[in-house]
Amino acid sequence: MKPCILVEDSDAKAVPKRIALIRREAPARLLDHGDEFVPSAPHLLMQEIIVLQACIVLLAIVSLLFDAPLEGIADPYHTPNPAKAPWYFLGLQELLHYFPPVVAGVLLPFLAVVGVAVVPYFRMNVEVSGFYEAPWKRPLALLTILTAGISALLVVYHVWPVLIPTVVVYVLVVLPALAFCPAGLSRRLSAIPMSDWIMSWFVAVVTILTTIGVFFRGPGWSWIWPWKDGIY
Amino acid sequence: MDLMRMVTVNRVWRSIVRHGVIATNRNRAMLVMENVFLHLHSVKVRRRNLELSSTYYLGGISLILFLLLTLTGLYLMLYYHPSVPQAYDDMKELQFAVSNGVFLRNMHRWAAHAMVFVVFLHMLRVFYHRAYRPPREFNWVVGVILLLLTLLLSYTGYLLPWDQLAFWGVSVGTNMVQAMPGVGPRLRFLLLGGNIVGDNALIRFYVLHCVLLPLGLTAGVAVHLWRVRKDGGVAGSVHRQAFQAARRAADPRRGRNGRRASEDRGEGAP
Repeated sequence: MKPCILVEDSDAKAVPKRIALIRREAPARLLDHGDEFVPSAPHLLMQEIIVLQACIVLLAIVSLLFDAPLEGIADPYHTPNPAKAPWYFLGLQELLHYFPPVVAGVLLPFLAVVGVAVVPYFRMNVEVSGFYEAPWKRPLALLTILTAGISALLVVYHVWPVLIPTVVVYVLVVLPALAFCPAGLSRRLSAIPMSDWIMSWFVAVVTILTTIGVFFRGPGWSWIWPWKDGIY
Repeated sequence: MDLMRMVTVNRVWRSIVRHGVIATNRNRAMLVMENVFLHLHSVKVRRRNLELSSTYYLGGISLILFLLLTLTGLYLMLYYHPSVPQAYDDMKELQFAVSNGVFLRNMHRWAAHAMVFVVFLHMLRVFYHRAYRPPREFNWVVGVILLLLTLLLSYTGYLLPWDQLAFWGVSVGTNMVQAMPGVGPRLRFLLLGGNIVGDNALIRFYVLHCVLLPLGLTAGVAVHLWRVRKDGGVAGSVHRQAFQAARRAADPRRGRNGRRASEDRGEGAP
């Protein structure tokens, strides 16, 4: 075997082959950003002070315009209909409408928190260009099976608000693999890594469920139109 | 300016702030390094990380909201008794007897809602910018814990006005806790200090809301910020940085600072 000669040159035509030695345990980060540094003392501090003042002013304006809600004194013998949790838990309360409490109140939030917490420890950045090289390759098939399984579960429990974003995201992921997809759209969609698709799906589900819980649920957790029946 | 001089150029002032006016880079560095409140900052920051699109200031806004909530919360504590039905009467006092009481409560309430929302947005920013990548993995986990603490803080505060909204909102939530297999009913009993949302629940939520959770959040934020600083400042968009670095490396005509070599040599200059 010929000895390896390392030539340092950034001209791809003169030196066509590159190697990069990356130790397995070494974090892949850029050591030299070629960045300009500025002293924190005036630059960052000034920004912080400006943002602080902007926050105070905005909050003061909102507080002058809108009063915090205060209803009658707590009465255990008079249940309001519907009894709603604060808005950030209404997504969960909406799930409670479809699933038994163990699933909606314990299992799903637990899975969501664990799922979000382990994000940096997973290599989910399947660059999608490799994903489509031959139709129905393994990852694509796996994704299809997974989506079909989840969708079946959602249909059984009638969870339409979650089924819709699930199907939409699946179609968007699979679209570049199909022949009739326009080249421009295909290029744009396939540049998005798998981890982004999963997170975007999660955000869409949380947003839709919370919006429904806040605006579209009335007495007995029945469906209402906020512009017709008001907000409960 | 003369007034500034009078205040800052004398023995007393210099005994408090040892370096002089921050007109030199040395004094700028000293200001950050020698101040206990500022030393979570590094002495220098990347100019690009100061741009809006690097962080959208979301982490900073979260911290600012927490500070505002602490201040308005302390103020509210002066007027609040965590007992039934005095808690609700105190809300009415705030409304009708305390100067600017409604404004004070509004500030606290809206800042609390905003904080939940902004912390969530901060998480999304960090995710889509890939700012959780090594060596920052654990700091992401700390961030998830801080998000949960924020939710718990907001939720425990929700009970304190002791109105119908508070009572039933908390009843719904604690009933969900009950669904937990095995420990559910016991956990609910522990949380409420009984089987119903009553006097004991109010005092427990009060202690959690005003002491335990804020202390936990403060400690968590300290760890979170310290790790950001130790890992070389906020991460901005790792994607864009990598892209720019790759472009710099691939283009031999561009120098280290991204300018074209011809510009460095002064070619094309008038």
